[in-house]
Amino acid sequence: MHILNTIGRGAVAAAMGVAFSVSAFAADITGAGATFPYAVYTKWAESYLAASGNKVNYQGIGSSGGVKQIKAKTVDFGGTDAPLKQEDLDAARLVQIPAVMGGVTIVMNVPGFASGTLKLDGPTAANIFRGAIIKWNDPAIAKLNPGAKLPNLAITVAHRSDGSGTTFAFTNYLVRQSADFKREVGAGNTVNWPSNAIGGKGNPGVAANVQKIKGVIGYVDIADAMKNRMKFIALKNKAGNFIVPSQQAVADAAAGANFKVKGMAPDLLDQAHRNAWPITTATYILAHEKGASAEKQKVLADFFKWSLNNGQKMAEELGFVPLPAGVAKMVEVEMQRVR
Amino acid sequence: MSEPSVSAGPDLHAWQVRKFRMQDRLFHHTTQLFALVVLATLVGILVSLGIEAWPSLAAFGPSFLWTNVWSVPDDQYGALAAIYGTVVTSLLALLMAVPVSFGIALFLTETCPAWLRRPLGTAIELLAGIPSIVYGIWGLFVFAPLFADFVQPSLQAWLGDVPVIGGWFTGPPIGLGILTASIVLAMMVIPFIASVMRDVFETVPHVLKESAYGMGCTTWEVVRHIVLPYTRVGVIGGIMLGLGRALGETMAVTFVIGNANRIQGSLFAPGTSIASTLANEFGEADPGLHIASLFALGLILFVISFVVLAVSRWLISRGMGSEGL
Repeated sequence: MHILNTIGRGAVAAAMGVAFSVSAFAADITGAGATFPYAVYTKWAESYLAASGNKVNYQGIGSSGGVKQIKAKTVDFGGTDAPLKQEDLDAARLVQIPAVMGGVTIVMNVPGFASGTLKLDGPTAANIFRGAIIKWNDPAIAKLNPGAKLPNLAITVAHRSDGSGTTFAFTNYLVRQSADFKREVGAGNTVNWPSNAIGGKGNPGVAANVQKIKGVIGYVDIADAMKNRMKFIALKNKAGNFIVPSQQAVADAAAGANFKVKGMAPDLLDQAHRNAWPITTATYILAHEKGASAEKQKVLADFFKWSLNNGQKMAEELGFVPLPAGVAKMVEVEMQRVR
Repeated sequence: MSEPSVSAGPDLHAWQVRKFRMQDRLFHHTTQLFALVVLATLVGILVSLGIEAWPSLAAFGPSFLWTNVWSVPDDQYGALAAIYGTVVTSLLALLMAVPVSFGIALFLTETCPAWLRRPLGTAIELLAGIPSIVYGIWGLFVFAPLFADFVQPSLQAWLGDVPVIGGWFTGPPIGLGILTASIVLAMMVIPFIASVMRDVFETVPHVLKESAYGMGCTTWEVVRHIVLPYTRVGVIGGIMLGLGRALGETMAVTFVIGNANRIQGSLFAPGTSIASTLANEFGEADPGLHIASLFALGLILFVISFVVLAVSRWLISRGMGSEGL
């Protein structure tokens, strides 16, 4: 007993010593913003802590909150799904980099249709989501699905009731497909859904509505859709192919995008690749060029450099899509501006 | 201390009196401070809501109250849909909750066997302690699908063709909407109203009830003519407590109301309430008119709650006057 006690005490003392020595060199950094990449950033932070001893905290408070907080310098980095424009970045002296890619998928619950068997194109999807097509056996849907037995069932549109980057990406895709959608519904974090629409709070709320209500169509990001085993709609892309969303289809879309623009936020929607998923998005990190503490800025740059080499694979396991290899190199160069 | 000289007596006495007075004063001021903190908080909330809501109030004026538009892309806001949802769901909830609560309280105080009284009473108090988000999750995942599959189609079959009323039950049976929110709200306020009613029913002197029973009154006659008149003030107070809770309920309503910023005639249609709009949109609200309008909604909810409280006070004081209590 006595010996065990001694060993125990020694271990505690050693552990404390290690803990103190680590914290003596480490700087804790804090970020806040978009909820969409929350799972990725926390996973990275956990592994990065084990690898480097530096602690990274991320709070999913929403994209606009993230932008507000980084501009107010209350956090060391901000996360946003809606990239800032070049002039905003210059005005606030911010560096913007893509962290990881994702996609917004259209999901449905139509009896008799398995995942990927129902086909839509952009304009028809826009007409459904603005409430102009209200039955599943509408001629416009039937034309895209020759031979399918479409039910005489009312369509219910499931959307996010909370302001969301997912809604932002999805509506930005649909306004390009239809001028009517742009006029009636609009694009943004929160928009004017039609009268046959039902709002669910967060991705889990939308997922629950899609799974419980018959005849529903909704949009969920690809990670959540895969996690909940939701039924996808195959969407026609720019090359004219009907694509069932997958991480590969998002990666193919990302491969064709030109990231060599200021702010590294290219247009990712409706890419030309024959296998490109049309509603591809990226989520972005914002950091100050010159931070209050050089120590923290160093850890921040190191964290994202580490994530490029070690974190992209983890993101893939969580249902996200890694940055194309060439883009990762560009991000590494861009991160040198953070000091 | 038991040996002070006779001459020291009055001195000691005076000193003690002074000390007690000081203690009293200290006690008075401390408690007064606590009470004033409440008042200051109230005024502070009201003022800060007013300041934050000002851009919206200035832009839309009083028509904010009766404009049925809530469009973030166009930056146009009006509170009518949210006020409508809040008031309708709360009133429907009361319509369902009051008779049930009345029945519960009546059973517990008048006809319940003694051995069942305690477990039933405790169960109701436990229901009152369940966090609202639990009601919301239950409503979304359990109640709404059952409601959509079994209750909504039969309601439409029974009442769909009745003029006026039929219009309340139109639309696809999706399980979420104004009516679902009202039912979940009713379940949440029943424990509050029922336990207040039970407590006030128990204050009726036995001698009154016994005399009525002695004259050959039935249980209902005793309740109608003895218990209810005697406890009217408390019953109103309990109902208002329930209404206050229903008006401000946030999470449970957000889960089941369907979150559509519009007014539709059907009770099956999704709607919104002030609290659920705040819960949904505050996190990602754009600075400017959007956030100011959300603060204005908060201010309106504050005013509605205040009016409800004032009306109930007035009802109670009027009741007291006429009863001579």
